[in-house]
Amino acid sequence: MRDIIVTELTQGLQGIARAFAHYLPGLIVMLIVVLVGWVIAYLLKVIVRYVLRLTKFSKLSENAGATELLKQAALPSSTELVSRFVFWVAWVGFILIGADALGIVGLQEYTSRFFLFLPRLFVAIVILFFGLLAASFFSRAVLLAAVNANLRPSKLLSYSVRFIISLFTLAMAFEVLGVAEGTLLIAFGAAFGALMLALAIAFGLGGQDMAREFLERRFARNRRDEKEDELFPL
Amino acid sequence: MPEETLLSDEFVRQLINVGEVDILIGLPTYNNARTIQQVTRAIQAGILKCFPRERAVIINADGGSQDGTPQMVTGASIDDIWSASKVYALRTLHAVSTQYAKVPEPGRALRTILAAADLLRARATVMISPDEATIEPDWLQRLVKPIYNDNFDFVSPIYRRQRFEGVLMRNLLYPMTRAIYGCDLHEPFASEFAISSRFAGDFLNQDIWGDEWARVGPEMCLTISAITGKYRLYQVFLGMKAHGNRTARDLVFALRRTVGSLFFCLDRTFPSWSAVTSLQSVPSANGHCEVKPEAVKVNRKRLREMFVHGVSELQPVFRSILTPGTLGELQNIASLDGDQFRYPPDLWAKTVFEFASSFHKSVINRDHIIQALGPLFRGRALSFLLENRDATEDQVEHSVEALCQEFEHTRPYFLEVWNHRK
Repeated sequence: MRDIIVTELTQGLQGIARAFAHYLPGLIVMLIVVLVGWVIAYLLKVIVRYVLRLTKFSKLSENAGATELLKQAALPSSTELVSRFVFWVAWVGFILIGADALGIVGLQEYTSRFFLFLPRLFVAIVILFFGLLAASFFSRAVLLAAVNANLRPSKLLSYSVRFIISLFTLAMAFEVLGVAEGTLLIAFGAAFGALMLALAIAFGLGGQDMAREFLERRFARNRRDEKEDELFPL
Repeated sequence: MPEETLLSDEFVRQLINVGEVDILIGLPTYNNARTIQQVTRAIQAGILKCFPRERAVIINADGGSQDGTPQMVTGASIDDIWSASKVYALRTLHAVSTQYAKVPEPGRALRTILAAADLLRARATVMISPDEATIEPDWLQRLVKPIYNDNFDFVSPIYRRQRFEGVLMRNLLYPMTRAIYGCDLHEPFASEFAISSRFAGDFLNQDIWGDEWARVGPEMCLTISAITGKYRLYQVFLGMKAHGNRTARDLVFALRRTVGSLFFCLDRTFPSWSAVTSLQSVPSANGHCEVKPEAVKVNRKRLREMFVHGVSELQPVFRSILTPGTLGELQNIASLDGDQFRYPPDLWAKTVFEFASSFHKSVINRDHIIQALGPLFRGRALSFLLENRDATEDQVEHSVEALCQEFEHTRPYFLEVWNHRK
């Protein structure tokens, strides 16, 4: 009885040792790849950070309003965030390459999927960034035009423009990522429609007087308008 | 854009028919049918009266008028003026019109006229505003004579205005140009001026024409080039300044054309102006004309409202442009009641200088910086109106002089923010 147990245990241990011996070279290769990957990813992070600082990326992200958003969410600066993102993407990529060396069935498929997903992720991030930049630019342009035209709901107009462009950007980014395309399309359509309906109702009911005043000023060209605009700057 | 592509073949053909000239009168137009005949007649009368022996041409650079303005320029008959003045020109007075674009663009118009002047070897080029309803025939003589007789390169006008007109000129353009460039030129943005062939040729060859700000406000660039290029400057009194069209009231448009191009020029001419240490006066031919005071139709309540609204709504924009101290002071002013409202000269000078520095550093889109100045300028305009409500013309001039000195006093601060901020 005792001999049988010892034999079984020995065989089991031998099996484990054989399996370990089978996987050991792969494991060593994986560890080396992960380690080298970490070094390369770290170098990439340093290079990206340097290039972003050189190209004054933080100023661009400040203009896009991304810096403000990051501050509110207690996240690091945009330069730091992008360089960290590059580090993690590169390192995770190396970890997956290393894991391939273990020869685990099915893992190779996930690895190739990850690498196929990367360009889409990059495009989505670029869309998101430039979308935010456009939202910030146009909302500021609307705000300035409205203030100079003495339109009272200037902030509301500006926020509306920012919201609509951001919504478009987000929808485009998610579409590129292929995340819940159908749901997103419906949600976007519903949100956009609701916004337009709300604006129509708000302006139709709440802004009757304002609309009348605006139209009178714009088209009736009464004398009141003449009196209001007699400042010759030059 | 080289001259060959700037000037159309048809226009060059017409210029060749004209031949060399002594005086070229440039008329940049866009839908000016209301005033153009009066202006053209005044020019023709000026040439008949003052330069009957000179070879002269009127060049009309049109930006796509739909109201027949170019036809009015080329079709204006000189016969009526002959019979009225009993003076006959000894030379043919040509009038040539060209459409340089389908939409008006001041830079392109000026460049077309200067290119024509270069081609025709004009000794003097005079620019006349097509809106100038108060133009008199002898303006031409006053503008051209200093170039013709005394070899000056740039003749700038001095106008008489109603007390509360030209608020931007009096509160920003003149004080700032004087403080920065150390040059006492009263109208840095002139709609009427004359330039010598030497200066016209040099200015035409500058590499500014591709820039948006030079295309919008070339007159300002011309003035700054004349100052920094050490050309011989002269000022002549022309009389009353009139405003012919509604665009003269469009503040943002005016800010773009004048302040935008002034800030643009500051960028390009830093080595020149940073070395300026003293104020140089420009020789002037003074004159006098009576000003019939007109009732001021400025809605002060609206000006104050727009200033207060602007200061509160544009805070995120101002945070990028102004220092926290200046922004804080503006917020304090915005809380002042009606007659207590005052935008002090020192704060105004600091505000303008911080805007110029932000424009230089492009902290946000440059056009947005210029637009953001609109509400603040309205505040300063209101303060100017309130300060000079019961003032005489001389007192208004004293007030402008005090503001100029405040700008000069704040100049070191400008250099500081220009070099170090952000």
